Amino acid sequence: MSAALTLQGVHTHIGRYHILQGVDLDAPAGLVTMLLGRNGAGKTTTLRTIMGLWRASKGRIALGATPLQSLPASDVARLGVGYAPETMAVFSDLSVKENLALGARNGPLDDKRLDWIFGFFPALRTFWLSRAGSLSGGQKQMLAIARAIVEPRELLLIDEPTKGLAPAIVGSLIACLKEIKATGVTILMVEQNFRVAREVGDEVRVMDNGRIVHEGGMAELAADDSLQGRLLGLSLDAHQ
Amino acid sequence: MSALDAGQSLPRARREILPALTPLLVALAAAPFIGSASTFVTLTAAGLAMGMMIFTMASGLTLVFGMMDVLNFGHSAFIALGAYAATLVFLPLASWGSADSFALNLAVFLLAAIAAALLSAAFGFVFERLIVKPVYGQHLKQILATIGGAIIAEQLLYAVFGPAQIPLSLPRTFEGSFVFGEAAIEKYRVLATLVGLTVFAGEMLVLNRTKIGLLIRAGVENREMVEALGYRVDRLFVAVFMAGSALAGLGGAMMALYRGQAHATIGGEFLVLCFIVIIIGGLGSVGGSFVASILVALIANYAGFLAPKLALMSNILAMVAVLLWRPRGLYPVSGR
Repeated sequence: MSAALTLQGVHTHIGRYHILQGVDLDAPAGLVTMLLGRNGAGKTTTLRTIMGLWRASKGRIALGATPLQSLPASDVARLGVGYAPETMAVFSDLSVKENLALGARNGPLDDKRLDWIFGFFPALRTFWLSRAGSLSGGQKQMLAIARAIVEPRELLLIDEPTKGLAPAIVGSLIACLKEIKATGVTILMVEQNFRVAREVGDEVRVMDNGRIVHEGGMAELAADDSLQGRLLGLSLDAHQ
Repeated sequence: MSALDAGQSLPRARREILPALTPLLVALAAAPFIGSASTFVTLTAAGLAMGMMIFTMASGLTLVFGMMDVLNFGHSAFIALGAYAATLVFLPLASWGSADSFALNLAVFLLAAIAAALLSAAFGFVFERLIVKPVYGQHLKQILATIGGAIIAEQLLYAVFGPAQIPLSLPRTFEGSFVFGEAAIEKYRVLATLVGLTVFAGEMLVLNRTKIGLLIRAGVENREMVEALGYRVDRLFVAVFMAGSALAGLGGAMMALYRGQAHATIGGEFLVLCFIVIIIGGLGSVGGSFVASILVALIANYAGFLAPKLALMSNILAMVAVLLWRPRGLYPVSGR
């Protein structure tokens, strides 16, 4: 399968810190690629660098054949890249409706697509005119993801969507991610919860010290305890 | 029923009312001490008019500070430029201002207001590109660069318009007062109040009913995420800076007419007050700066009448009191 997203030798410096130290990564088109690794391995920096929020100091990033590494975030987004950051970054003073309206860059909100989103995030319909700041953590996460997919995207970058969420909400989120995946969109997702990673992911890339140290199928990693131990320092089952 | 319609019947978020009532509470508290109803009405009307002029100047600053995170000490230059722009219209069209015609009087006022806003917006574009853009995200450098820019602008105004104050006369229609019993309310103050209310209504309309407004409100809270959604924040910054400059210019023109003279130092006189207002209102909050402007102006007027020595520091005391009550201002913007 062809790669929708390719990173070749990507380096990123933040201040005097050299965070990404030559990342080589591909995310196959139409699949969910999980980006795993310990805290501080460079996962979030990778997503932010792809998104153009931090500038790669060296290397090449391409969406299909289009180079991204010199583009500002707004241009990267305009190429069809949706981003749901770890912090969720919903606009607290804006209503749920207004948050989603901002996500709909190309025109007014599409009712059919909204109904599809409300199907797995019914709370967003309930709190449609409420301030996003008054939502619970789980609802904010739903809003952040909904905002990223309120229009069809070619590539979705999702950073730790289940962080701090209750198990019941995680279940809804998994269902949502599977639905999004079924639409054929390419997803690159950072996730610490291996149950989610295993259920949703097709491919896996493991990072350590700013580099990709393993790439392969999710099933292969999930089935190999010794590989898990070697790559992550402990069995992935411990992440559940 | 569409998804959008389904949501319309849901309850809206509740807004806090008490901060918006503070000017009214201050007025009610001051009324018994002032004693005379006519004096109270005059002081209050004057305070409202002054508050609206301060708001016109300060609302641009709060947007620039809130959205762009820019400490623009050069805001005073736009106020002064607006004041001088008014003279560019009023002096050649002096006959319109002195004519016994409401239409001509209003026309010269509107032309001056438009000229002040446009000239300040144009200067704001140059100021943002040359002085502010190189120091985005660097507060200390912003302070130094914008103060430097303000000094240069002030000297340029002296070079172009001369060091002397330029007298301005109010259009004939707006001279004098409306008299209600023993209370006298200057006509120009009524006009200034109407202009301020119009500016406020316009800003709220743009901020709450347009996509640009939505982007500005979102940008005040999280610029980076707005960019990640595909919007060119740098262009939005320029537009906001120009709008803020235009408002400062309009406020400067209003204030110059109120004082009957234009001078390059008029901006500096009001800059600190503008900062006090946006701090009291909550950084980045237009509604907050609206309430804060009225509050500050009323307190200054009441204090000036009741305890003139206290009036000198009434603004600072008001700011301290509000910040003790609400440390992030009357209407804080999330994420700031």
